[in-house]
Formats: sequence, structure tokens, C-alpha cells
Amino acid sequence: MMSKTDADIRFGNPAELHGAKVQIPYLITEKNTFKRMDDEDKQQETQSPTMSPLASPPSSPPHYQRVPLSHGYSKLRSSTEQMHPAPYEARQPLVQPEGPSSGAPGAKPPRHQASLIRSFSVEREPHDNNSNYPDEPWRITEEQREYYVNQFRSLQPDPSSFISGSVAKNFFTKSKLSIPELSYIWELSDADCDGALTLPEFCAAFHLIVARKNGYPLPEGLPPTLQPEYLQAAFPKPKRECTLFDSYSESMPANQQPRDLNRMEKLSIKDMADFPVPAQDVTSDDKQEQNKTRLEQNKIRLALKSTADEALPKDMSEDPATSKDSNSLKARPRSRSYSSTSIEEAMKRGEDPPTPPPRPQKTHSRASSLDLNKVFQPSVPATKSGLLPPPPALPPRPCPSQMRKLKHTGLSKSAKISHHNVNSECSAQPKPPTQLPNFGDFRLQKQSEQASEAEIHPQLNRAPSQAADSSPTKKDIPYSQPPSKPIRRKLRPENPAPESQEPSSTVGGAASAVTGKPHTAVQKQSSKQKKAIQTAIRKNKEANAVLARLNSELQQQLKEVHQERIALENQLEQLRPVTVL
Amino acid sequence: MAVCVAVIAKENYPLYIRSIPTENELKFHYMVHTSLDVVDEKISAMGKALVDQRELYLGLLYPTEDYKVYGYVTNSKVKFVMVVDSSNTALRDNEIRSMFRKLHNSYTDVMCNPFYNPGDHIQSRAFDSMVTSMMIQVC
Repeated sequence: MMSKTDADIRFGNPAELHGAKVQIPYLITEKNTFKRMDDEDKQQETQSPTMSPLASPPSSPPHYQRVPLSHGYSKLRSSTEQMHPAPYEARQPLVQPEGPSSGAPGAKPPRHQASLIRSFSVEREPHDNNSNYPDEPWRITEEQREYYVNQFRSLQPDPSSFISGSVAKNFFTKSKLSIPELSYIWELSDADCDGALTLPEFCAAFHLIVARKNGYPLPEGLPPTLQPEYLQAAFPKPKRECTLFDSYSESMPANQQPRDLNRMEKLSIKDMADFPVPAQDVTSDDKQEQNKTRLEQNKIRLALKSTADEALPKDMSEDPATSKDSNSLKARPRSRSYSSTSIEEAMKRGEDPPTPPPRPQKTHSRASSLDLNKVFQPSVPATKSGLLPPPPALPPRPCPSQMRKLKHTGLSKSAKISHHNVNSECSAQPKPPTQLPNFGDFRLQKQSEQASEAEIHPQLNRAPSQAADSSPTKKDIPYSQPPSKPIRRKLRPENPAPESQEPSSTVGGAASAVTGKPHTAVQKQSSKQKKAIQTAIRKNKEANAVLARLNSELQQQLKEVHQERIALENQLEQLRPVTVL
Repeated sequence: MAVCVAVIAKENYPLYIRSIPTENELKFHYMVHTSLDVVDEKISAMGKALVDQRELYLGLLYPTEDYKVYGYVTNSKVKFVMVVDSSNTALRDNEIRSMFRKLHNSYTDVMCNPFYNPGDHIQSRAFDSMVTSMMIQVC
């Protein structure tokens, strides 16, 4: 029962304080609760509350705990009926059994008292079926186990495999426990000292962390319920509580069997229960039931609230992990993840969102071929060229006179490369002011793919200007970011062009893309083909020059970044007291 | 029985040093410190050969009238130094070796802990308990 109580309290007091962080207040509450329990029910708990030097019982205001047990006791009884649904209010009554300050955010003490009292009253009930396991705090409840398993899966898809030390370290560091404590927890849980955690070891470690966060001092040794062998027995069918508890009951002493069965029943009921269920369970006399339902509700509430509060990606990250579970379980783990050890959850969730941002950078920095970088970067340093070598290339800029030629050549070349629509299209086209940046582009584009090439010129003009604008900003921006921005910007202007260009020639051939007025090309197309080739060659050479320049600039940037990195590493070295190597 | 056990890092600073509280600990610290020179000397003597050929157990580093100092070096140049009381029944070499082996095993367990950064002071309880067992072993 205590475990349930613990779980209940743990999961059930999530949003007590309506601070920005649900977890912290709940943690405080938890600490109060557990500390209280430790103090007053040591007899019931065989754990060594005061042993661990690492344990620093949270400085929860003790006076909260002193408040009337009896008072809370009776209220707890009455409060059991309160636990019903009413979405948001339900939480309040749950948290505050007596509901004196119903839902008042500021009424933290009463809530603490309530939780404490509730836990107390629960503990005191001698007839509690599931309570009073000697090492209750160290018993992993079913919900907890599922949660741990899900977390394990999120780190390591194969449940039968290991979590490496570094992965586990990063994961547990998110719990914001001190490193010595985490080190000690690792020591306890990694039974075989292999630097990796199997699923039982991971659950044990997780459970220890949870307990520690809730104020329990760390035990001297690994409690028997957290032993890998013990946990291993539980794992084969984590979702099959019946089977699970059967095995439990077999292994446990006889007197615990009824508790197990009760627990099993309750859990099964709970499993069956879906979100709106809680009301049903209230009817049962057992507080555990109610606690469970409370737990459920809280989880649900938390899930809802947390989903609202926290970024969706967190949910997304959780969902895949829990996707394997059944629907009810699926919902539960998700909520559980929010409700339980919410601090850890928040942290882990907090870790998820940051990851997306780097991706665009990645695409730029690594995954994307250099070509893309070259394509888009040149604009950054080289405003002059202002063109993306592949598609538009140099031509348009240099001088209008060339444009005419280019137009011809571009047209001709495009004719070669593309669909030979030039002739017809050119002839068809009137004399639109190709110089017009945008309008001309679109108009031409509409008419033909060829027109797109004509567009390229204005687009190129536009692109360089954009590049010019963006380049200074880009330079300021960290190295990794500029690429993405230019890419986007470039894409837009180029969208019309590339679409048409692609058929023609995306990269090299585009050099000649700069076209002139179609009508002129039509006139001298045939005769200019040779000239077009030469022009194309020249363009390519120019493009090469641009690319080479870009390359050198990139190299410089790379060097600078390397130097920065080295400087940072040096700083790190200096700050770090000692290093073995 | 070990009177003082010390784990010295590669850079010759102590990662872990513990002595029997009753004694003057500073004396033991000093002895350990001076023994480092002997350790280095022994290492360098075999330094020409490959590390693999060098034995980890260095043996008796130097005796004083009351104590004997034994040394052990790992392949990562982490040194274990143990001071034993001469007055006790002379511990056989094998016993000393076994003690060092236990130390080494415990040290590797500490290293396996991902939260332990090499170079940090060793604060592992398991390690502490093991050392305690060694120190009261032969009382």
C-alpha cells in the first residue's frame, strides 16, 4: 500500500502548485510526505532513513506534517468520495483530501498536509491489504515499472539489451540530482559493475532516483525488491499483472499474498479503467483503489495539462515509446510520464525539443552535400557574384550587353538542354521587359520553361540583392545557421526558376541560363549556337572561379571555427581541475 | 593489515587516501608521498620494455622500522600504495598481492560508473567498504 501511496502521492500531486513547473512543487510535497512517513512510520519501514550520508532530507517544513493526523484522517475518508472527475477540480480534491482550500493555488500547506495526512491515514490503516511491505518504498509498482520500461525503450529499443553508461549518465543527469548521489545510485543499481544497465538494473536505478527525488534517503545497499533477479522475474510480462502478481505471490511470503491479490485486482481494474473511469473505482472501499483512481485521474489531468503546457514534441517522443502498449496503458504511460517524477520528465522532455533545431543545421553542415552549401553560401561571402553557380550562374549580372548575348546563348542552350520549346516559345513571346525583376519572371515563366531562364536573370539580380542583404546577417549568425537561411531565401526566388530549370539543367547548364529576349534569340539562334557554347564555357569557368573562391572562404571559416573550438577546449582544460590524460 | 591505503592518479595526486584514524595520518600521507618516487623509479626501470611485460605488482617499495610500503601500478599509471604494519605477523607476498587485486577490481568498478570522471576523488561507498575490510582484516 505504501508503494501505492507513494505512487499515488507521487503521481497524484502533480499540479498542486500552479507554478510554471509542476514538478517542483509536487516534489516538495512529495518530500514532505515521505519525510513524514519516514519519521513517523519507521517501524513500518525497514529502510534506513538516516543512513546515507548522501541523503539530505529535504528541508520540508515539518510543521506541515505535524498538523492533525486525525483531522486529516477523517477528511481523508470523506475525501475519498471527492475524487471524482470534474476535470480540473478533481485534482484539487485529490491533492487535498480534506479540500479545505479547494483548488486555491496558494494553499500549499493544506495540500501538503493533505497529502501527508492522506499518506498517513493510509499507512495507519492496519487492514490495508497492500501496505506495510517491509521495504515498501523500494517496491516498484506496476505503473512505475511500465514507465521505467518505456523510458528504457526510449533509450534502448531492445529491452533485453543494455543501456551504455554514457547514455544512462546523460539520462539520469536530467534528474538534476547531484553527481555523487547519481554515482552512488549507479553503484547500487549496476550490480554486475559492467558500466551498462540492463532493464532490471535500469528500473532499479530509476526507482532509486525517483525515491531520492521524493526525499527518501538512499539506502546502504540495494533493497531486495530492487535486486536485478527480483526485478527480472517481474519483467517477462510487465503488462500482465495477473501473471506478474501470481509470480510475486509465489515468491512472497504467504501473508503478502492477499495483498498481492488485492493489488492485482486493483491493478487489473485500473488497467481496465480508461480515462473517465475513476468514478467507478470510488465505489470500492479500498483506499488503494481510490488512490489508484486518483492516480489515474491525476495522470490524466497531468497529461492533459502537461500536453498543454509542454511542447508537443515531448508527447511525440513519449508516444512512440508507449505505442506498444495497449490503449489504456498507452494513455497511462503517457500520463504517468508526466505525472511521475515529473521533474525528470520535464527534463527529459525538455531535452527533446532542443534536438530539432540542430537538424536544419545538420543538413547544412554535414548531411547536405557541399554542393548545397556552395550553392547557397557563395551568396554570403560573395555578394558580387550574387548568383548560385549551379542554377543561375554568373551571366546576368555582369552587364546588360552580355545579357543580350546570354539571352541568345541561353536560349539556344536551353533549347539544347531543355525541350526545344525555345523556338516556339520565343517566337510566341512578346517583348516583355525582362529587366523587370519579378513580374517579368512570372510572366515569362508562365509562358514557357524557356521563360524561366529569362527569369533567371532578374531572379539572379534579385538573389544577389537578397544575398547581399542576408550575407551580413549570415556572417553574424553562427556558421551553422547561415546555410539554412540562404537556402530558404534562395529557394524562393529560385522556385520559379528551378522548377523550370530542372528540366533544362539544374546545375552546370544553368550557367547559360541567363537568357535574353526570346525574340532576339529566335532570330539568331541557329547562328549563335557556337557562340552559346563558348559563352557557356566561359560561364562555367567563371562559375568555377566563384566556387573556388567560395571554397577558400569556407576553408577560412572552417579554420576560424576550429580555432574557436580549440580555444574553448583550452578553456575547458584550464577550468577543469585535473585530467588523467 | 593495511594501515594506510592510497590511490594515486597518473599525475601523482591522490585520488583516494585513507588511513587508520588512530594513527597520525599525516605521517602516512608523507610516507605515501615519498613512496611515489620509488614507484616512479621502479616504473622507469622497466620502462624500456613494453608495458605488458611490466608486472603490475611492484612489491615492497621500502621498509621503515615500523612499516612497510607496497606498491602496485595499473596500466593507466594509477598507483596503489599500501602501508602495512611491520609488527603484525608478516603478511606474505601473496596476501599483499590479493589485497592489491581487490583494490584494482574495486577501482575498475569505480571507473565503470559513468558518473565518475577520471581524475575525480573516489567517493564510492563500495570502494570505501572494500578498503575498510582490508584495513580491519588482520587486526
